[in-house]
Amino acid sequence: MGLWSTVAERVGYGLLLLVAVLILNFALISIAPGDIADTIAGDMGGADASVIEEIRTRYGLDQPFYVQLWRYLSRVVQFDLGYSYFYNTPVTTLILEKLPATLLLVFSAQILAVITGTLLGVLAAKKPNGAVSLTVTFLSLFGFAAPVFWTGILLIILFVSIFPLFPVAGMMDVTVEGGFFVKTLDVLHHLVLPMITLASIFLALYSRLARASMLEVLGADYVRTARAKGVPERGVLYKHALRNALGPVVTVAGLQFSAVISGAVVVEAVFSWPGLGTLALQSILARDTPTIMGILFFSSVVVIIFNILTDITLRFIDPRIKSG
Amino acid sequence: MAVATDPLLSVKDIVVDFKTRYGIARVLDHVTLDVNSGEILGIVGESGCGKSMTALSIMGLVPDPPGKVTSGSIKIGGMELVGMQLDSLRQIRGKDIGMIFQEPMTSLNPVFTVGEQIAESVRLHENASPKAAMDRAVEMLKAVDIPEAERRARAYPHQLSGGMRQRVMIAMALACRPKVLIADEPTTALDATVQAQIFDLLQDLQEETGTAIILITHDMGAIAELADAVAVMYAGRVVEKGTVDAVLSAPQHPYTKGLITCVPHLEPDPPVERHELMEIPGVVPALTELGKGCAFAPRCGEATEKCSVEEPQLLATGDKHLTACWVAQQERAQ
Ligand SMILES: Nc1ncnc2c1ncn2[C@@H]1O[C@H](COP(=O)(O)OP(=O)(O)OP(=O)(O)O)[C@@H](O)[C@H]1O
Ligand code: SF4
Ligand SMILES: [Mg+2]
Repeated sequence: MGLWSTVAERVGYGLLLLVAVLILNFALISIAPGDIADTIAGDMGGADASVIEEIRTRYGLDQPFYVQLWRYLSRVVQFDLGYSYFYNTPVTTLILEKLPATLLLVFSAQILAVITGTLLGVLAAKKPNGAVSLTVTFLSLFGFAAPVFWTGILLIILFVSIFPLFPVAGMMDVTVEGGFFVKTLDVLHHLVLPMITLASIFLALYSRLARASMLEVLGADYVRTARAKGVPERGVLYKHALRNALGPVVTVAGLQFSAVISGAVVVEAVFSWPGLGTLALQSILARDTPTIMGILFFSSVVVIIFNILTDITLRFIDPRIKSG
Repeated sequence: MAVATDPLLSVKDIVVDFKTRYGIARVLDHVTLDVNSGEILGIVGESGCGKSMTALSIMGLVPDPPGKVTSGSIKIGGMELVGMQLDSLRQIRGKDIGMIFQEPMTSLNPVFTVGEQIAESVRLHENASPKAAMDRAVEMLKAVDIPEAERRARAYPHQLSGGMRQRVMIAMALACRPKVLIADEPTTALDATVQAQIFDLLQDLQEETGTAIILITHDMGAIAELADAVAVMYAGRVVEKGTVDAVLSAPQHPYTKGLITCVPHLEPDPPVERHELMEIPGVVPALTELGKGCAFAPRCGEATEKCSVEEPQLLATGDKHLTACWVAQQERAQ
């Protein structure tokens, strides 16, 4: 199967999945007690039953479930995710404003985790009983066991009071003056700690996976062939073996994207990173249903897109993968 | 055969030990072999007798740990390979000695095209540009009779059949025109017609390039047809060796006699039918359990008392013919 037909197939499945996610979200929210009418009434400082009834009629809340669902779906198709009464802004605008910050955090943390995890795994596999290998095993256990917020707070303490090198809160410094380049540097500077924190949880997983995968590949016949034709040890490891060992790491990294996004919610809260996670927490506290559903919808879209990208990457890594 | 000058490749008293759970296994026990330039040396013996390990020790590829070349010497063109720095050794691998492995299905890297894999060898050893290396790869694919070589060079291993992959392996091993080619059971995994083609190909290439070949095989017919000299191995030792004519027409070690059910006719026309090794009753003793005496004694029909007490050495029992057997040596002495 060609690349494009695979992509088309994946996009098709992705859309089906999205519809399922939307229906599920909608159903879950409708089961939860209370609705927008109660919220609005609450905001107005209390309202009598007739006013609430009027609001319900106005927003179609008195209609049967499937009618409401259908209306919701047809609005979503037009990229209308509703209106946030809490922020007084259309949900789509609200989310698109915060999305880049989250994407930056999630993507950079994921790349950092995959690259350093893989390198550690390779070093560990080179000498399975050596010091690096033990360190990797220890660090990955540690990283796996330590909760994100704990790692984050530890880093904050470290960088606030011992090495004040990196900012520990926010995404940019409003006092920084300068052109695009200076501003970008400022954002990257702010990104360092949240990125490391988020990456640390997944680093553990990827380095163990890369180690196991490398150990298996290093015993393969084609690795012996490479040595037999005089490939230097570096080439054996980083070219012949690694290229084959990468498959499982990339596959798992692709599956982990949703977990990284969940992790980002906590990391954003710890480092006051102005992304979707922070928005999600605030909207949950405010019972801002349209925004919560909008965020769920967007995260699903992001996860699905990342999965498609993972599939494409895998095809480039391993020519044997045709589809599925 | 030409007057014996210094052999191209000389393996002398190689000992390889493996650490196992049950103790030290002596996988190779003082193996001594010589390969002259332009010659094909056949190595035969049952599964597990150390044929592949002999090949790997020449390449410096004995898996360490658990294995180790404990003593002995391997020289190519007078250069000592045992104990050589890895960096110098890898300049010899692929350049002076090429190797084809037993398993064509798994010996090629699945994520690179076969052209790239052949070209890599050329780039490593000859300072060639990527373009020149790829041209050589295509040329080599043509030399091993792969049709549509330009197109096949861009194929991945999984797109080729087993026979094709073994041809690719041969092309890769010969790409830098090595002095010695080690072919470790190059046809075991292939079906009969393809086997014959691969043997013919090896013979043609040998005649064209003059590369010396160590041919490891179970196929006595192939040995009779292709090889100049033969070494018979048993339990990590060479038990009989000599010219093919001498060993096949007058085998002296009881084990070799057992291997040869009927002496292949050494006619000019290659025999169509190939003779597989005959089953010899009994099993090869575990290498950790070998005691003193002849390793073949428990299975030998001609064993005497001396056989289980003292180990026979590999000594001349004829013209260009050596045998490690008390009885054979005694017959010679009389
Ligand atoms: N990793 C290992 N640990 C212990 N023993 C080993 C190991 N690898 C090989 N051996 C032993 O070395 C001996 C020689 O093996 P080798 O692969 O050279 O046999 P072979 O003659 O090539 O057999 P075959 O015809 O099956 O290829 C065998 O008895 C085997 O059990
Ligand atoms: S030495 Fe003895 S046991 Fe060994 S092969 Fe010769 S006769 Fe048989
Ligand atoms: Mg073998």
